[in-house]
Amino acid sequence: MKKYTDRGKKDTRSGFGAGLLEAGKADARVVALTADLKGSLKMGDFANEFPERYFECGIAEANMVGVAAGMAITGKIPFVGSFAEFVTGRVYDQVRMEVCYGKTNVKIASSHAGITLGEDGATHQTMEDIALMRALPGMVVINPCDWTQTKQATIAAAKYDGPVYLRFGRPKWPDFMPDEPFEIGKSYVQNEGKDVSIFATGHMVWEALQAAEVLESEGICADVIDVATIKPLDTKTVLASVMKTGAAVVAEEHNMAGGLGELIAGVLAVSSPKPIEFINGKDLFGQSGTPDELLKAYGLDAAHIADAARKVINRK
Amino acid sequence: MQSSEELKNIASQVRRDIIRMVTQAKSGHPGGSMSSADFLTALYFNVMDQDSSKWARDGKDQDMFFLSAGHLTPVYYSILARAGYFPVSELATFRKFGTRLQGHPSIQKELPGVVQASGSLGQGLSAAIGAALSKKLDKDPHTVFVMCGDGESEEGQIWESAMFAPHHKADNLIAMTDWNHKQIDGDTEDVAGLGDLEAKWKAFGWDVIVAEGNDMDKVLAAFTDAESRLGKGNPVMILFKTEMGHGVDFMAGTHKWHGAAPSEEQCAEAMKQLKETLGDF
Repeated sequence: MKKYTDRGKKDTRSGFGAGLLEAGKADARVVALTADLKGSLKMGDFANEFPERYFECGIAEANMVGVAAGMAITGKIPFVGSFAEFVTGRVYDQVRMEVCYGKTNVKIASSHAGITLGEDGATHQTMEDIALMRALPGMVVINPCDWTQTKQATIAAAKYDGPVYLRFGRPKWPDFMPDEPFEIGKSYVQNEGKDVSIFATGHMVWEALQAAEVLESEGICADVIDVATIKPLDTKTVLASVMKTGAAVVAEEHNMAGGLGELIAGVLAVSSPKPIEFINGKDLFGQSGTPDELLKAYGLDAAHIADAARKVINRK
Repeated sequence: MQSSEELKNIASQVRRDIIRMVTQAKSGHPGGSMSSADFLTALYFNVMDQDSSKWARDGKDQDMFFLSAGHLTPVYYSILARAGYFPVSELATFRKFGTRLQGHPSIQKELPGVVQASGSLGQGLSAAIGAALSKKLDKDPHTVFVMCGDGESEEGQIWESAMFAPHHKADNLIAMTDWNHKQIDGDTEDVAGLGDLEAKWKAFGWDVIVAEGNDMDKVLAAFTDAESRLGKGNPVMILFKTEMGHGVDFMAGTHKWHGAAPSEEQCAEAMKQLKETLGDF
């Protein structure tokens, strides 16, 4: 039961830029900081509209996170933006102490996440950030799937009182979600089936939907669930789907360790263990290439998701 | 407004508190707490426009203080208690299970006066700059103060902040460095070659004052000087030249008391050297 329409390709980072501008118009407390990546994170419209609320920090991410914490303490709603690796791994201690332990209302805008970053190669293709951010007490982790959802998630993050990690990417990707307010903590059922539950997050939601179309032609009906909020996980939706289908596939642009796959496996293990297959990075670093080449090479594309679904159904 | 003599009396009690807290907890950081006790006493009792009865974390319409060198909780908590932020009797709970007085500052238990968690070094200066810029955005004319250690200044983030603050004209910020030349492993020059801090901060675009930090009259003069330099486009840095462990002869001038607790006997000996002026906790 298909619930989506492909409206063409747009990059999720531009969805962030659009959401930031809208959030800034709605609330004068919203401020934006970046470490020399205003253009890459599409923060230019906000900077032009609200120059006094925009802070260029230079290539100094640690200071940027601290400055944002100080602004949050004094009542602002700061968004700090950089590439995924540089707002997680590089500043883990700052995010841990200044943002999470310090309970500051800082939003971490993390772009170019995952292997679909493409040609820049492994140094920038962060496949560990969800694990890092999930591990922090009090951190909300959101990984929206398209331009529209990223825009709406950005607006929702601004309204939420507390630390948020908002993960998005670089490539132009199909835009298909309805333009509706984003609910933090909710997973969105995008395709309804009965034979297998495919959980996906970020760019992988589109791949999962493509896999579901192929499976449908074979008579296999898949639930496709967009796990846009990874923490807190919508366990109710996850369990309801797996209780119905009896098998799960989890797809993410992230390594196995600490990712969505382990998270859902853990939920199932303590509730009702069912066969599960994982589409993710197997303890890997990426390499240069186009997003499509990389997804295929590392087993993360629609074809691999369909294979995993067939396999997991046979294990029921 | 306290006289210089009154401030010295408070600082003497603060030093007693520091030694007794660390002795009772059997852990903590007395050395830097003792070196910074004079200028932090002056800051809280004479300089800052901050009312303990109206304290709120957001610092709205008040001056703010960030402790970047988070291990200096003994001096911080003593001064906050003595200034009325929480009961002096609570100092006896320092570092004990369930306390609001965590080993390093925490906001999780909402201890009045504590603005931000610190302890991982090099980060509080950034937060203070953020608060200062936020105040400018709000057209709040109050000042943000922050204290760093000299050893802490080996952190790269300090120099990211050093470059950032003048660029954004954070001229409502007064930073202080406790320049006691000691850190946990030894003399700052032996450990890391900290070098000429005055020249370094000046080179980064700060308005720098060097002052004697264990001389109350000179401390007060330095703050007056610093406040006169606010609003002129540059952040201000006061480098307070101090002595680690200042106030107790066997603790003074050595890094060995950076993070070590005195024995009961050493505590008793220290008490003989520090006048009880406000009543022990």
